[in-house]
Amino acid sequence: MNLINELWQSLIDALEGLGAVVRFLLRILMATPSALLRFDLIVQQIFNSGALSLVIIMLSGLFVGMVLGLQGFQLLERFGSAQSLGVAAAIGLVKELGPVVTALLFAGRAGTALASEIGLMRATDQLSAMEMMAVDPIKRVVAPRFLGGVIAMPLLAAIFSVIGIYGAQLVGVQIKGVDSGSFWSQMRGGVNLADINQGIIKSCIFGVACSLIAVYEGYHAIPTAAGVGRATTRTVVTSAVVVLFLDYLLTAFL
Amino acid sequence: MRRSNTLNLGTGAFVVLGFAALFFLTTQTTSRGLSFGSPPHYDVTAKFDNIGDLRVGAPVSMAGVEIGRVAHIDFDTKVYKAVVLMRLDSKYNQIPSDSDASIYTQGLLGGKFIGLSAGGAETYLKDKGQIDFTQSAFVLENLIGQFLANYAKSAGQSSPAASKTEAPAATEKTK
Repeated sequence: MNLINELWQSLIDALEGLGAVVRFLLRILMATPSALLRFDLIVQQIFNSGALSLVIIMLSGLFVGMVLGLQGFQLLERFGSAQSLGVAAAIGLVKELGPVVTALLFAGRAGTALASEIGLMRATDQLSAMEMMAVDPIKRVVAPRFLGGVIAMPLLAAIFSVIGIYGAQLVGVQIKGVDSGSFWSQMRGGVNLADINQGIIKSCIFGVACSLIAVYEGYHAIPTAAGVGRATTRTVVTSAVVVLFLDYLLTAFL
Repeated sequence: MRRSNTLNLGTGAFVVLGFAALFFLTTQTTSRGLSFGSPPHYDVTAKFDNIGDLRVGAPVSMAGVEIGRVAHIDFDTKVYKAVVLMRLDSKYNQIPSDSDASIYTQGLLGGKFIGLSAGGAETYLKDKGQIDFTQSAFVLENLIGQFLANYAKSAGQSSPAASKTEAPAATEKTK
């Protein structure tokens, strides 16, 4: 009986959490028009979550592409179709690995930074101070960070995919000796604009999800050192699970 | 001021890089992506008995060089043939009007493409023109069927005892 009660309670808690996140998203969206007027704040956040994540995104993209090239080559060679490496790597990167791995890295690199920054603002009463000065912290702090992440994510995913294709080409063509011409021509023949659109839509949605989770966890962090640490951890864990779940849904629907 | 400049520079560089990546993806990795002002081209149709799994977007080549792509595939209900619309690059506008079009396969199991071979006429193919001489796709199942039939026949000739059982099957297949 106790167990059922606990299960029931955790279900209620989960629903409450989801509702709070959705309401928080609505509050951010209400604040978006006025946040867009202060575009310099958004530019700063694009720099923080986008430009500063470039190195990790590009390095990971290169290695993911190289692994894809190597594994794909070994598999395709068995069927005598190593020339299809280009299309296999490009579709894998553009539709699946680009958006998903970028989102996971983004949650680790930029999401944690956002959550701990906002959490520390909360812990050091900076947010309360803003409220006292009649500055809405959602408008001034949360919305620019959210929008910056949403803008940065598709761009990061596209960069990841391109570097990954280059990495696959590096291994497949330069090292394993797949013909360069058929690598690119099969890719051009096999990749449709719809595949690229699917990747872009995915990365936009992942951008919204990751940024929202990060700012939500930071904004609602318990204002202690341990609380901020916990908010940072929860950001990464929740983002990873949500991204992978959304990825399945989006792949099924798109 | 210094800080603001590096900030703007970094953000600008990041956004430019991101859009360059998007541009690369939409133009370099796909052939049927955004084409900014499609190159001048002309359309030619050909009717085939069987196009196999030829798809829209398949290359049209001549002597192995790609000169265009399949733009549209339709079915003519009057003559029960597949009508393939080919979009050829205007650069190659001196193709004899009695050229013939055949459907080939890239590799053993690859995709289908159309190969044109030049005829001897003095007149050239024009926009909305038609190629009259066509050769259908080579369908692997038919070939295997024929091979089995021939195999059964030759087996029947070499051993008359077996012919009674195998010959009827062979004739059925050739029908």
